[in-house]
Amino acid sequence: METFELTVLLLDATFRVATPLVLVALAGLFSERAGVVDIGLEGKMLGAAFAAAAAATTFGSAWVGLCAGIMTSLALSSLHAYACVTHKGNQVVSGMAINIVVAGLTPTLGFAWFKLGGRTPALNGDARFSSITLPFAEAVRDIPIIGYIYAELISGHNIIVYIAAAAVPIVAYVLYRTRFGLRVRAVGENPHAVDTAGISVNTLRYQALAVTGFLCGIAGTYLSTAHGAGFIRDMTAGKGYLALAALIFGKWKPVPTLFACLLFAFTDALQARLQGVDLPIVGVIPVQFIQALPYILTVLLLAGFVGKANPPKAIGEPYIKER
Amino acid sequence: MAEAKAKFGAPAKVPAWVNLGLIPFINLLAAFFISGLVILIIGDNPLKALEVLIYGAFGYPEAIGYTLYYTTNFIFTGLAVAIAFHCGLFNIGAEGQAFISGLGVGLAALYLDFLPFWMVIPIAILAAALFGAIWAYVPGYLQAKRGSHVVITTIMFNFIAFSIMNYTLVEILISKEAGGSPETREFAENTWLALAPDFTGMADSPLNFSFIIALALSVAFYYFVWHTRWGYEIRVVGQNETAAKYAGISPARNIILAMTISGALAGFVAVNELLGVHHKVIMEFTGGFGFVGIAVALMGRNHPVGIFMAALLFGAIYQGGTELAFEMQSINKEMVIVIQGLIILFSGALEHMFRPKIESFFRRAATAKAVEA
Repeated sequence: METFELTVLLLDATFRVATPLVLVALAGLFSERAGVVDIGLEGKMLGAAFAAAAAATTFGSAWVGLCAGIMTSLALSSLHAYACVTHKGNQVVSGMAINIVVAGLTPTLGFAWFKLGGRTPALNGDARFSSITLPFAEAVRDIPIIGYIYAELISGHNIIVYIAAAAVPIVAYVLYRTRFGLRVRAVGENPHAVDTAGISVNTLRYQALAVTGFLCGIAGTYLSTAHGAGFIRDMTAGKGYLALAALIFGKWKPVPTLFACLLFAFTDALQARLQGVDLPIVGVIPVQFIQALPYILTVLLLAGFVGKANPPKAIGEPYIKER
Repeated sequence: MAEAKAKFGAPAKVPAWVNLGLIPFINLLAAFFISGLVILIIGDNPLKALEVLIYGAFGYPEAIGYTLYYTTNFIFTGLAVAIAFHCGLFNIGAEGQAFISGLGVGLAALYLDFLPFWMVIPIAILAAALFGAIWAYVPGYLQAKRGSHVVITTIMFNFIAFSIMNYTLVEILISKEAGGSPETREFAENTWLALAPDFTGMADSPLNFSFIIALALSVAFYYFVWHTRWGYEIRVVGQNETAAKYAGISPARNIILAMTISGALAGFVAVNELLGVHHKVIMEFTGGFGFVGIAVALMGRNHPVGIFMAALLFGAIYQGGTELAFEMQSINKEMVIVIQGLIILFSGALEHMFRPKIESFFRRAATAKAVEA
């Protein structure tokens, strides 16, 4: 029974860590499937985290925070689109620039506005998304295994965790079953064909990047107002890049990306548990190795040693209309 | 007019000073303008900030020393990113390569310090270049032979480098005197690089012999890229891979070569930081210099002279920005990062925003002159 409870707790932690990863990886999925490289996911998430915490603490409402987070992320996403789609700038440079500007701007504004050395005041009460107890969670807790799983693992998360869970099927549906999704996929594979069909490549890419911004905004808000209680500098700590790795590991497809996020989140949750534990045969596994594992796996995958990842064909190239 | 029409679509013929001077300057101006707005928003005077920044960077000898010390790092990473750019590659991993080089420097300086300085210092420098080169060789190889995109691989390698360094410093090389913080013992004095001589007035600043190395490497870079067969081949691959293949130049070989050189150049950051200043291996000594190298290479148009000037600009912003954080109440040191990011945004991602307008202005001016004559 003890191993069972431990596993449930481990998976519970996995869900919490995976939530922002899933949202950001799905955000990146839209951008990259539309043919726009986005290494600025990290910056968008960080910007949203700051805006959400700042708005939530000012207005005392987590929902206002969520709106502010999404708006900020959308603005950054539009900037990326303006540079890469309208002006055909280099997509990697643009993403990089956004990351760096946000990494500097958030503590600068935080320092000036809240006088807490770049942090925002600690959030509590309505200013934070609190955990939701699902119906009957307490009633069924005593039912062995299933009841316990329901009460501990499924119930008791905050709303954004459930949003992330719902986002995966929604994104999969939009991408594969709607006209917009078909066009997004087409514009990432062969923009000329889309253009020939009389659809604006630029408009589509702007739309796809808007979805990216929207999802990153939710992810950033999760970090500062749901998972944490306030903004601290660099609180994304490379999660944007980790999500990018998960996206590649999931081969730019929604469901495999979800599993990649869960895998990476699980290694993270496991690492916290395994710290200094002497395992049979292998001994103590260095924390640093487990931390590096997602990146190592992604490199191996990209190199074709573990399966094969085929990126969207037109990725990274600005579309230039032929005359 | 017929002549002007025939030229339509041809590459813009604008004076060189416009391309190399005016356009970067306007991009820079835009970046500073937005930075000024940010300073205004947080409630300070942007013009006073600029004054403090310039004085902090160049106002007195010690400040100049600090500026040049930062410049040294930016020259190394700028050259590193530039050589990759010449081959059409985006090396976003200069940060990780520099970090891993710290291990090379550390191993040489910690375990070979019984040697006289004229032996151990060159060995440590070579170790830095070698470790950086190896760390860039792998992404280069994977790009050339396995087709994995170098941008993604180098990003991943930055994180892997961090984990490796974290492990070695926390578990293996940690010094008992450090009180638990992950750093090695201090290197023996014979491994330290000479600081700036007294008569310059910069002896109190961290400016050291690495600056000379940076200048020498800049010259070598120019010679290598534009006056050797290897440099030529790298540039051909960067311009047109198909043409390179047709001319019997192997793209794979040159991609690997360019990345390896890039990593070696990035590794010199460890020489400046560890042999020159800290005299021990510490965490995060790379301080984002690798990422700024991208901006330096972009602004400097991948040419050593341009890179030197861009590196000086960023060095000044770094040092002046530190002063800014001391002098002005509402500004902290992260403001420097904002300015850097904005410069990357305007001179890199948005480089096509002002360019067509400026170019067509000068083209029209030239046509008008031709018609008059």
